[in-house]
Amino acid sequence: MDFELMINSFPKLLNATLITLKLLSASLIFGLFIGLCFAILRVNKNPFVNKFAYGYSYVFRGTPLLVQIFIIYFGLGQIEYLRSTVLWVILKEPYWCAIIAFSLNTGAYTSEILRSAFQTIKPGIIEAGQSLGISSKIIFYKIQIPIAIRQSLPAYGNEIILMMKGTSLASTVTLMDLTGVAKYIISTTFKPIEVFIVAGGIYLFITFIIHNVIKFLEKKYSFN
Amino acid sequence: MELLSFGKTGWGDELLIATMMTIAVSITAMLIGFLFALIFTPLKLSKSKFLNLIGNCYTTIIRGVPELLVIYLFFFGGSGAVMYVASIFGYNEYIEINAFITGSFAIGIISGAYSTEVFRGAIQSIDKGQFEASKVLGLKKPVHFFKVIMPQMLRLAIPNLSNVWQITLKDTSLISVTGLVEIMRQSYIAAGSTRDPLFFYSFAAILYLLLTFLSMRLINKLEIRYSRGY
Repeated sequence: MDFELMINSFPKLLNATLITLKLLSASLIFGLFIGLCFAILRVNKNPFVNKFAYGYSYVFRGTPLLVQIFIIYFGLGQIEYLRSTVLWVILKEPYWCAIIAFSLNTGAYTSEILRSAFQTIKPGIIEAGQSLGISSKIIFYKIQIPIAIRQSLPAYGNEIILMMKGTSLASTVTLMDLTGVAKYIISTTFKPIEVFIVAGGIYLFITFIIHNVIKFLEKKYSFN
Repeated sequence: MELLSFGKTGWGDELLIATMMTIAVSITAMLIGFLFALIFTPLKLSKSKFLNLIGNCYTTIIRGVPELLVIYLFFFGGSGAVMYVASIFGYNEYIEINAFITGSFAIGIISGAYSTEVFRGAIQSIDKGQFEASKVLGLKKPVHFFKVIMPQMLRLAIPNLSNVWQITLKDTSLISVTGLVEIMRQSYIAAGSTRDPLFFYSFAAILYLLLTFLSMRLINKLEIRYSRGY
């Protein structure tokens, strides 16, 4: 055991954690928005609309995140037309490509989580709203959405942790996040175990915090 | 389409072999995962606090740390660890471990953590009466496990195991960083030499979709088979 290396690499890894957290929070915010939109499309009665939303979530859940990042980072740059538009400012940055890929990916999972939450809402609750003469739009935004969000908290907590692990793939498109820096230190010192313990410890610590925050929220917003 | 032709000019045959490699790694990893689950599920269910702790450490650490980091640990640390063990037995030459073995082992350990959770959940949701009944009948331990618990456990575990299989299949794409030529690595090579990354990565995505789609159909059949009588 090389304790000196562990102590020396700790500040570097901690610095890299900042990028991991930035990637995670940005993709969760965008992903939640995308997920909510697609969940609403999924419960739409128009078969064309909900088939489209289903296709989106099927494709993004059925392929590895690595492929998605590579298509966006390496693939989209190949389209000549895109290079001439404003979008290119965003797409040439690996940071934004990673965030786009992560958001689309977590959006697909989130839409599934929210959809199943929408479908488990007891019809009595909606009927109660209707018999009180509340318009269906307000029922949807003020009754169904809040209940669905509460219902999906445990599953969404898992999704946050999965996404946190997913951000490690940013290191494959040259970003120096926690995993990227850990790999760099490993490949220069050839001490994989020491670096793994420190980097893994930081990841576990983040997982632990997310887990407890979700638990707290579940308790706070429980129905009882 | 020319890019996908077989033979020297196209990448069709290379990609086909790479797909086989992905399937082979996934199956090997899944089996290694079962082996780990076989060890750690009893630990998690055991009454001893110490054994519980070991089981929980395994599943918590593996499920809380990114897969890529685990793969790097094995990739860079694998041959070192094997050489260390070999040196105890007096063998001091350099040993290089094949990328297939390192890769399937790394993915296997990850998949094992998920399988352990699935098996634990399945065994815990078997009715207590079943355990008591086989005890009362005086069944021997192996008979009790293989003929009473296992069939019921499999029925409950298969839907969740299909999720583990999907996760494992998708995780194998990460082994491409170690240089093992599976779908992702082959697409990377092809994209590099033809300068057509969009086509090859999209094709890789289609291959993965095809694999998940076909395996889901197969698993559904298994599910029906194991829930006979329910």
